[in-house]
Amino acid sequence: MELLVSLCLGVMMACGVYLALRGRTFPVVVGLTLIGYTVNMFLFVSGRLHTNLPAVISPERLNYADPLPQALVLTAIVIGFGMIAFVVVLALRAKGELGSDHVDGEKEEVR
Amino acid sequence: MNHWIVLPLLLPMLVGSIIILGVNKDIAWHRTLGLANTIIVALIAGYLVYLSATGPIQVYVLGDWSPPFGIVMVLDQLSAMMVFITSLLAVFCLIYATRGADKLGKNFHALFQFQLLGINGAFLTGDMFNLFVFFEIMLLASYGLVLHGGGVKRTKAGLHYVILNLVGSSVFLVGVGIIYGTLGTLNMADLAVRISMASPDDAALLQAGGLIFFAVFALKAALLPLYFWLPNTYGFTSAPVAALFAVMTKVGVYVILRVYTLIFGEHAGVAANVLHPWLLPIALVTLVAGAIGVAASRDLGRTIAYLVIVSVGTLLAVIGTFSVDAIASALVYMPHTTFITAAMFLIADMIRQQRLDAGSTLTPDLPVKQHRLLGLLFFTGAVAIAGLPPLSGFTAKVMMLMGVQESSSVAWIWGLVLVSGLMGLIALGRAGSIVFWKTLPLDDSGKGAYEKKPHESAPAFSLSYAFPAIALIAISPMLVIFGGPLTEFAHQAAAQIKDPVQYVTAVLGSDISALLNETEGGR
Repeated sequence: MELLVSLCLGVMMACGVYLALRGRTFPVVVGLTLIGYTVNMFLFVSGRLHTNLPAVISPERLNYADPLPQALVLTAIVIGFGMIAFVVVLALRAKGELGSDHVDGEKEEVR
Repeated sequence: MNHWIVLPLLLPMLVGSIIILGVNKDIAWHRTLGLANTIIVALIAGYLVYLSATGPIQVYVLGDWSPPFGIVMVLDQLSAMMVFITSLLAVFCLIYATRGADKLGKNFHALFQFQLLGINGAFLTGDMFNLFVFFEIMLLASYGLVLHGGGVKRTKAGLHYVILNLVGSSVFLVGVGIIYGTLGTLNMADLAVRISMASPDDAALLQAGGLIFFAVFALKAALLPLYFWLPNTYGFTSAPVAALFAVMTKVGVYVILRVYTLIFGEHAGVAANVLHPWLLPIALVTLVAGAIGVAASRDLGRTIAYLVIVSVGTLLAVIGTFSVDAIASALVYMPHTTFITAAMFLIADMIRQQRLDAGSTLTPDLPVKQHRLLGLLFFTGAVAIAGLPPLSGFTAKVMMLMGVQESSSVAWIWGLVLVSGLMGLIALGRAGSIVFWKTLPLDDSGKGAYEKKPHESAPAFSLSYAFPAIALIAISPMLVIFGGPLTEFAHQAAAQIKDPVQYVTAVLGSDISALLNETEGGR
């Protein structure tokens, strides 16, 4: 499971970085979203990987999953949503004001 | 538990929310609420400074969940001082904003309060994840403030700023994940204890975590490879916002100082002093890059934005030696540079408003209308920022140069700090002479050919309009007059920072902090 999870995270991060380095706002936003998801997954995994373990303490269970990363991830997801929403709106506004969806606001080259 | 500690967070949050609810109310209502609250927060922050200087480190445990499980706010001398600087600066920036800049968009005053909440929170928090949360609050509010007023330049600079900081936030979370995964806690005091007992197997992970944090803090503080967003963002945003942002880079400086003395300091066992080889060279290179930027920029706003980078480079170069004297002198320099760069942003804005054609670009134009007032302010600001006597820049710089004498790289620090000061002085002198002296001969109507007349339609400023800039400049001689108590305070604060045991004792109790002493002795 560890190998699979780390592979997934690596591939997602690579895709996110690739997209974020493109010069257009739409791929950049998608890339940032992917990076955000990867980081949230990573944060979640920092509490170790378990199957079928509760995060809530109860007298019947001997082992628990660590609840703290789950709480952290919830917060991080909410913040991430807010940020992505903001970037989308800003990208739209930049498209309107700069007349181009290039992150530097440069006009389309004629090919 | 002292409830005053949490008020610099609660009041801006409450008042900001109230202002949002009344978004369609009269602007006077927004201004009254915003200003009144900012002044109250500044007074409370002043009391907190007094509290921190006269007593031990205080801890506010939210919800009474005993540390390390709950969320804590920690008030030591460093955080109290930073909160006070922020609140005082915010008062003057807000007064300047009420002269008209706040009317360009609807939610300026609410965003301003949330900005205060974020900055104060970042200074007071004692928990790595909460540091992340307060960073995000600070950043979201700053995104709104940067874009306030709109315009092509602001949108473009804002887009870069937002995207870069989003990447920065992700990197921060990676650091948090690594540190939590290896140590199992995020409370700063608890981290300090556990990292000192960490096994050598985790050394690589912990060091990586520490340096990943540094990447994020360097982005906030605008250190060398990560400062390219700053000149445009600060140069093109509205003046009161740019002036308030003079303290935002200091948030980066503050967390570097906090995290790398408390958590990754000398007590940190396998990850001890992880930043020491990196900070000083990076800060010095930043200083050089900033000085070159100051000399090269052709716009008054950008010149001052580069001066912010120079000040961060100076601060961190001095802090990079990690000696008590050096840190103390950096703490004396901190208020000086924050207030003076903020004042310069405001002065540059007033100059821009009176130069209708050239604006803040450094090309010859008609003379400004009130050349006496603006010239005097600009001159005083330039003297203060370049570190000439008799203003506070001089005393602070002398203290810093004395403070780093023990360091092995003293020649580099002395040389680069002094040369960058000279470059700043030359650049500001050139800017001043273009703005005030090298003016266009005009009025070609007959005999008035050599009479230089300012723009008739440019706004004239009363003394009350210029009050925030004058007051911010006037803080500089104050820092000299009250230099004795300030220096004493800074030395105490630096001693407190360099001794994590005090911090851990305050948060976790003396039983736990004894562990820290033990590991240090055993090593």
